[in-house]
Amino acid sequence: MSVISLVSYEDALASYDPVMGLEVHVELGTRTKMFCGCSTELGAEPNTQTCPTCLGLPGSLPVVNRIGVESAIRIGLALNCEIAEWCRFARKNYFYPDMPKNFQTSQYDEPIAFNGYLDVQLEDGEVFRVEIERAHMEEDTGKSTHVGGATGRIHGAEYSLLDYNRAGIPLIEIVTKPIVGAGARAPEVAKAYVTELRELIRTLGVSEARMDKGQMRCDVNLSLRPIGREKFGTRSETKNVNSLRSVERAARFEIQRHATVLADGGTIVQETRHFHEDNGTTTSGRIKEEAEDYRYFPEPDLVPIAPSREWVEELRAALPELPRVRRARLQAEWGLSDKDMQAVLNAGAVEPILETVAAGAPADQARKWWLGELARRANETGTELADQPITPAQVARVCALVAEGKLNDKLARQVIEGVLAGEGEPDEVVEKRGLAVVSDDSALGAAVDQAIADNPDVAAKIRDGKVQAVGALVGAVMKATRGQADAARVKDLILERLGA
Amino acid sequence: MTELIKYTAAQTAAAVAAGEVSAVEVAQAHLDRIEAVDKKVNAFLHVDTEGALKAARAVDDRRARGEELGPLAGVPLALKDVFTTEGVPTTCGSKILEGWIPPYDATLTARLKDAGVVILGKTNMDEFAMGSSTENSAYGPTGNPWDLARIPGGSGGGSAAALAAYEAPLAIGTDTGGSIRQPGAVTGTVGVKPTYGSVSRFGLVAFSSSLDQGGPCARTVLDAALLHEAIAGHDPLDSTSIDAPVPAVVEAARMRDIRGMRIGVVKEFAGEGYQAGVMQRFNESVELLRELGAEVVEVSCPSFTLALPAYYLIAPSEASSNLARFDAMRYGLRVGDDGSRSAEEVTALTREAGFGPEVKRRIMLGTYALSSGYYDAYYGSAQKVRTLISRDFDAAFAGVDVLVSPTTPTTAFPIGERADDPMAMYLADLCTIPSNLAGNAAMSLPCGLAPEDNLPVGLQIIAPAMADDRLYRVGGAVEAALNEKWGHPLLEEAPAL
Repeated sequence: MSVISLVSYEDALASYDPVMGLEVHVELGTRTKMFCGCSTELGAEPNTQTCPTCLGLPGSLPVVNRIGVESAIRIGLALNCEIAEWCRFARKNYFYPDMPKNFQTSQYDEPIAFNGYLDVQLEDGEVFRVEIERAHMEEDTGKSTHVGGATGRIHGAEYSLLDYNRAGIPLIEIVTKPIVGAGARAPEVAKAYVTELRELIRTLGVSEARMDKGQMRCDVNLSLRPIGREKFGTRSETKNVNSLRSVERAARFEIQRHATVLADGGTIVQETRHFHEDNGTTTSGRIKEEAEDYRYFPEPDLVPIAPSREWVEELRAALPELPRVRRARLQAEWGLSDKDMQAVLNAGAVEPILETVAAGAPADQARKWWLGELARRANETGTELADQPITPAQVARVCALVAEGKLNDKLARQVIEGVLAGEGEPDEVVEKRGLAVVSDDSALGAAVDQAIADNPDVAAKIRDGKVQAVGALVGAVMKATRGQADAARVKDLILERLGA
Repeated sequence: MTELIKYTAAQTAAAVAAGEVSAVEVAQAHLDRIEAVDKKVNAFLHVDTEGALKAARAVDDRRARGEELGPLAGVPLALKDVFTTEGVPTTCGSKILEGWIPPYDATLTARLKDAGVVILGKTNMDEFAMGSSTENSAYGPTGNPWDLARIPGGSGGGSAAALAAYEAPLAIGTDTGGSIRQPGAVTGTVGVKPTYGSVSRFGLVAFSSSLDQGGPCARTVLDAALLHEAIAGHDPLDSTSIDAPVPAVVEAARMRDIRGMRIGVVKEFAGEGYQAGVMQRFNESVELLRELGAEVVEVSCPSFTLALPAYYLIAPSEASSNLARFDAMRYGLRVGDDGSRSAEEVTALTREAGFGPEVKRRIMLGTYALSSGYYDAYYGSAQKVRTLISRDFDAAFAGVDVLVSPTTPTTAFPIGERADDPMAMYLADLCTIPSNLAGNAAMSLPCGLAPEDNLPVGLQIIAPAMADDRLYRVGGAVEAALNEKWGHPLLEEAPAL
């Protein structure tokens, strides 16, 4: 690939207005597949969770999973959508070896949910409304592994392995209306939307929505139009962007790439593109000439779905507390300012804090650790806060040790470090590293005496009543005891000895 | 022993139940008959001698243990090769499925087994049920037992020929546009397309999902009814299966009384293209219905003239999608996989080699009709025609209990005569297609021989959806009256093989 120099982000936004469309696929966590009784459990031996239906064997027929429909309706309701009174499945016809029937049973012009919105909060607290076009039901394909060849794609591969365990797992595809008016914040809106959607999905309990496990996948459609123009430009479709950060990066890169092409007097080709995690760029996938005509038509093997209004209202009434409402409640409970709450949200710390509090820690302490030490580490390693190798229970235990006076702040930090390094439970780390606070007077006495002897002028000041000078002596003792001393006790001992 | 093959299914079941004959003897008699005549007829693609004898032995064992046997226990049956059979090859008459051994039984297959029916083997058919002559089978044509140089109808020519050749007293067909009724008509046997949704399609290899319907084939109306009851009923594995009781078809077949019934003659099913002898026998049948005490009126269903073109858009459209799965990846034929070709190339080569010309023609027609920009004009319009046809039926059934017509415009034509003329071939289903589009129930039963060629003519009876019992009530009465008139069943006039 030739190296092109991209128009800077700022310059791109000075001339163009980005228009985005986001398509998110969510694998439902139903026990069985969308159209048969096979298990959806991840990680099984390839091709062990299959049957005639999900293998598309001749003669097999689909039967709709009721929980799949229910989950789709609940997602639709949580996205403020209308729920269809009558809708159908449709066949999307195209050939690909990982699709057993060579058509995907999906929905076309009659989705189960449509016309909704999701309010998302940006990092500075601003709320942006993303309009939802539709949410529809479909089935996942099998999984291809292309072996050999340079790209890991089917072209150039020596051979391909097919695992149909995934074939027929229920998917909900959620499609936004064109997102306009976000301007320079478009990439941020994209990330915030996917983040909010993920939380919503998890709150509904319909999927774990783990992007790293492919349970949630995002396509970023993006086009630019000259500022002030109504008509949308030609879009690119960047497929399978699989982390929150990548969603933002992909949108940002595409804005710059489009602007570069347009600034050169070029035209954008409508095409699918692949995002590369390693360098944050996208490359061309399938071009339009090869784009397929899916020949959609209503699936004749299934009858229409007509959810009764009673059922829909029952599901609406039973929706759990949705993320925005819950966040407001937690902010009040934790007594946080908008800014502090935003910091918690931005760090992805809500769940870790909640779980730490549930394990017995005070909220402010829990927040301090997750937003401080642990957030820093997550940031440095580019990982999710919740994925750090420490559990909320362990953090709570460290908080308890501090509260009991067995650790001070500095030691607690070292214990956290030890847990993260895999040295065991907090108590084991304290033991192994010998990190308990020393508050035994006899053990401290010598160090205190030494500090007084080493700093006669400071001692003199204190004797003269300048008690605030005691800090210098405390510091000397802490240094001598490698931070393990109970600072408050040290201070008392110094003042006692100096008769102040 | 040779008499056993002439028994009706009802007689066979009674004889087995009474211990007059064992199920194994019955099965063996039919296997011997197949051995003797099927080289000429070519009704069977696969004879499952071992499976048949095993099933027959199981029936005999159950009887020996004093267990109660069902109304068809021990009766042999010829199964159209479009239903899956666990462990027994299923080809749909296509090269592309050569060698495929399904790992599962169709619901219909399982119900037959549960009923103690002895499945003799799988019968020949037009490839993927596309055709009206069985000439489109990749495994050679089937001969009509009345004249082996003529077609036995299609797509279920194998099943109908097996009945007419006394290779089996019962058979299963599938009817997408007439594939049960038209072979029944041209072989002098009885064939019923039940109401769409009343016989499970699970395990029926799909041609056109919204039209396909499995159904009974037999030599008598009562036998068809007994088989109908054995295979019909709700199946949770088929979403289009109707969850309602099966109409009492056996009881209806035994009534033999149609006094007071109102019967409509469809005006549109006559005229150009209808063989004189066919119309003669049909008109005599209408007269007979009157004599039996029915009130006969003429009805008009103007949209029926649009049925054929609508069918040839809907069925190929669905077929183009249903047959996409034959891609050489998981089962069946694989061509060109020599290590140098991509999966895409192997799929293309396999489909080129594995599908016959008629199947390819319909895949192309359907692919075109569903294409973006053409969908509304073709598939969309065809669906509207379908609605119009249903309305015509509704209007007609508001005034009559059943409709009647000739089953086919002509008697069996010579093998090869229409092979190169698809349009002429398609006309064979002119009278049968409307019922598939509307999803209602229809039967064909023999009503005599056309004077000009001494070949069987079929009378079609059409009933509203879920009123399948009316077919049997009318069919049973007509059959009894005709047999009395002739002094024997029509099939006895067929030449010996």
